[in-house]
Amino acid sequence: MRKWLTQPDFIVERDVARCIGCRVCVRQCANAVHSYDDEDGTILSESDACVGCHRCATLCPTGAIAVKRAPLEFRDNANWTARAIRNVYKQAEGGGVLLAAMGNDQPFPIYWDRMLLNAAQVTNPSIDPLREPMELTTHLGRTPDRVEIEPRPGGGVRLKTRLGPQLKLDIPVMFSAMSYGSISLNASIALARAARAAGTYANTGEGGLHRSIHPYADNMIVQVASGRFGVDADYLNRGAAVEIKIGQGAKPGIGGHLPGEKVDAEVSLTRMIPEGTDALSPAPHHDIYSIEDLKQLVFAIKESTRYEKPVFVKIAAVHNVAAIASGCVHAGADGVVIDGFRGGTGAAPQAIRDHVGIPIELALAAVDTRLREEGIRNHASIIVAGGFRSSADIVKAVAIGADAVYVATAALVAMGCHLCQKCHTGRCNWGIATQDPVLTKRLNPDVAIRRLTNLLRGWSHEIKEMLGGMGINAIESLRGNREHLRGLGLTSGELQALGIKHAGVGA
Amino acid sequence: MTPETTKAAYVRRGEKDMSGCAIVGVMSEAGRRFPGDIAIRAIGAMHERSNGLGGGFAAYGIYPDRSDQYAFHIMFDHPGAEEATRAYVERHCVIVQDEAIPTRALEVIGPRPILQRYFIDLRPKARERYYGLTEEDIVVRIVMHINCEIEGAFVLSSGKNMGVFKGVGYPEDIGRFFRLDEYEAYSWLAHGRFPTNTTGWWGGAHPFGLLDWAVVHNGEVSSYGINRRYLENYGYHCALHTDTEVIAYLFDLLMRQQSLPLEIAAMAMAAPFWSRIERMGEEARELARTVRIVCGGALLNGPFSIVVGHRGGMIGLNDRTKLRPMVVARHDDLFFIASEEAAVRTVCPTPDHVWHAEGGVPIVGALKEQAVA
Repeated sequence: MRKWLTQPDFIVERDVARCIGCRVCVRQCANAVHSYDDEDGTILSESDACVGCHRCATLCPTGAIAVKRAPLEFRDNANWTARAIRNVYKQAEGGGVLLAAMGNDQPFPIYWDRMLLNAAQVTNPSIDPLREPMELTTHLGRTPDRVEIEPRPGGGVRLKTRLGPQLKLDIPVMFSAMSYGSISLNASIALARAARAAGTYANTGEGGLHRSIHPYADNMIVQVASGRFGVDADYLNRGAAVEIKIGQGAKPGIGGHLPGEKVDAEVSLTRMIPEGTDALSPAPHHDIYSIEDLKQLVFAIKESTRYEKPVFVKIAAVHNVAAIASGCVHAGADGVVIDGFRGGTGAAPQAIRDHVGIPIELALAAVDTRLREEGIRNHASIIVAGGFRSSADIVKAVAIGADAVYVATAALVAMGCHLCQKCHTGRCNWGIATQDPVLTKRLNPDVAIRRLTNLLRGWSHEIKEMLGGMGINAIESLRGNREHLRGLGLTSGELQALGIKHAGVGA
Repeated sequence: MTPETTKAAYVRRGEKDMSGCAIVGVMSEAGRRFPGDIAIRAIGAMHERSNGLGGGFAAYGIYPDRSDQYAFHIMFDHPGAEEATRAYVERHCVIVQDEAIPTRALEVIGPRPILQRYFIDLRPKARERYYGLTEEDIVVRIVMHINCEIEGAFVLSSGKNMGVFKGVGYPEDIGRFFRLDEYEAYSWLAHGRFPTNTTGWWGGAHPFGLLDWAVVHNGEVSSYGINRRYLENYGYHCALHTDTEVIAYLFDLLMRQQSLPLEIAAMAMAAPFWSRIERMGEEARELARTVRIVCGGALLNGPFSIVVGHRGGMIGLNDRTKLRPMVVARHDDLFFIASEEAAVRTVCPTPDHVWHAEGGVPIVGALKEQAVA
């Protein structure tokens, strides 16, 4: 009898007529699905271990491998789905917390897909971005309520207002926090260099700033999370901005855990922890138990960086997100990062990932509205994260009120990730979410940079086309301009929460 | 009034009002007052740019004997609105003079609302109650209250020594209806409207007035949604859903409340492109950058040409890519801004200078120092 009741998720089929026995699949699969039998010279495939990452099928020179969903079906049951049954099997065997990676994969409503954008017709000419200027330049940071000027000695006026530190983005998209440790150094370097090339920023996550990324530190946002890994004065001052991470959309209220096996010499040096020890990030910051404690940390960081760096606070989208975001702004944050419940992770308890938090669309609308009601919207930028897939998602987020969007999963996919959701195993066949030197060398940073910058360039063109179509030639005229959004198939409660009208309702 | 032509119907429809238009501004920079005839003929020359669903004028310097009082031009859908407004106004103000706005019976002008004007002084009590606010801030509150809270009442203008006259009809007919040939002003604004919906409410015509600001506008503001939310931060309530309303409030916010000079207010509303800012000298660059970053919500996007009147003169402004026409001319002491050159040449066949306004660069007509008003 088998020792476990679970069946494989996928079936790996080999077309023997096509297979030339080159054994690429055997060498490429870190999960050891494929094996070579020396005695009779055949290649065997053991589907049980297959995660569906497509590495073998993609690299097979003759297209002999197909990876299919396992055909073994349970009897239909709307309550006891295959997933629910399999989860019980797994826990009955292991007795532990079920782990998952990447973002929430459950079929909750995706409001981006229920919102439609506007376009200009007749009364207002649309603008062709290939002929006319089209501005995506975005600044992140605190701004005053008004511009003040003063008379210049000898006539005229001059500027009295002195703006605080601002991040300048050529496109309102940044690479979200992914730590070196959770992803490979090659992947981290590719993100940093792509951010530099595209005129935007990448985020260190709680992985410290590896010395090979120091040359790109002007395009790095350095994170201070509850484990404080890699944080010292040099780290804070090297980055373009500092982000205090309170929560993460994939696991609100939960800390982090990088297993000791992943803490090799380089990770140990960068995170400033002993080699081979687990890197445990506590659920709360042990010096933040209230909003006034957060204020102390915000200003401790501002003092350490001579008020030259914007300080962001990242929170997960939870039920009371508007009031919490407002508190963060009052505590001195120059930007609030809101991470929705579809945000990714390198590892999280599946029950948390799939059931805690709220969609970023609703959280963003609530926060933008609240900050405007309080007259403090200009005191901090709003940066949103959590499952953004396309330029259209980004444009819709800006129209609701976001200053910029963080993407992580989309960046990983651009580098080759196939969303197999097994980051926590450390056996990423694409060389992204692993520290195994055999695997990490598969990711060529030069190729990855090209793919990342291509993605941002493509999005930039698309965003400009959509803006021009609406008769807008500067992104700030779309920001918070919900007149350009209409809901489709939403209840009045949802429309109200999003602050938009239903499709078919005029201006 | 038919039910469809009331303020209530207009507000209930809740739709943003879009329109194409003809605009004219003409003033004597010497402060010489001249009859409204010139403005009527100039706007009439652009008849084709309107469709008979709205026309209006603003005139500065028309009430020299009452120049210390705020002149409230108010329209009412019914006598009840008039009573409610009068009771509310008298709580805060002394009404020094109250009269019907003189009109001339014209067949082409359809159902008309009650049109009254009041010359008012603020009561000292109102100033005590709103201590910390300027007299003008209090007047803005009074206007906002009437427009948002009193059913059937709408304030057309609320400045000193000026007034807005507007209604449903072709502008040249509206001008004759209000007997503007009998008024003398040193500065006139005129507007002919081509709305895309058949709104029949008189208050929806231009100019839009607040304090001594009057705005005539040709175009559509595609940034309306965020301009409106930006203004709400500073206590303005856009009751009318018109682009013109947000433009008037932006001028009031930036120039009156925040005391920014015109060039900087214009820089916020029709901002220079970042590519141009990068090429500026250091001090100019820092100024432009700061204005764009701080006042991003005030940027007016989409095609527009506007003329904004105030007691000291008028300002013309085009969107920064110049998607709507604007011609400027000078002749002796006269200064013109118009959608089309034909409008200028109809009343001034051989002006000294005629030129086209540049996108995003404000055009200024200003009373010479010590000139009247």
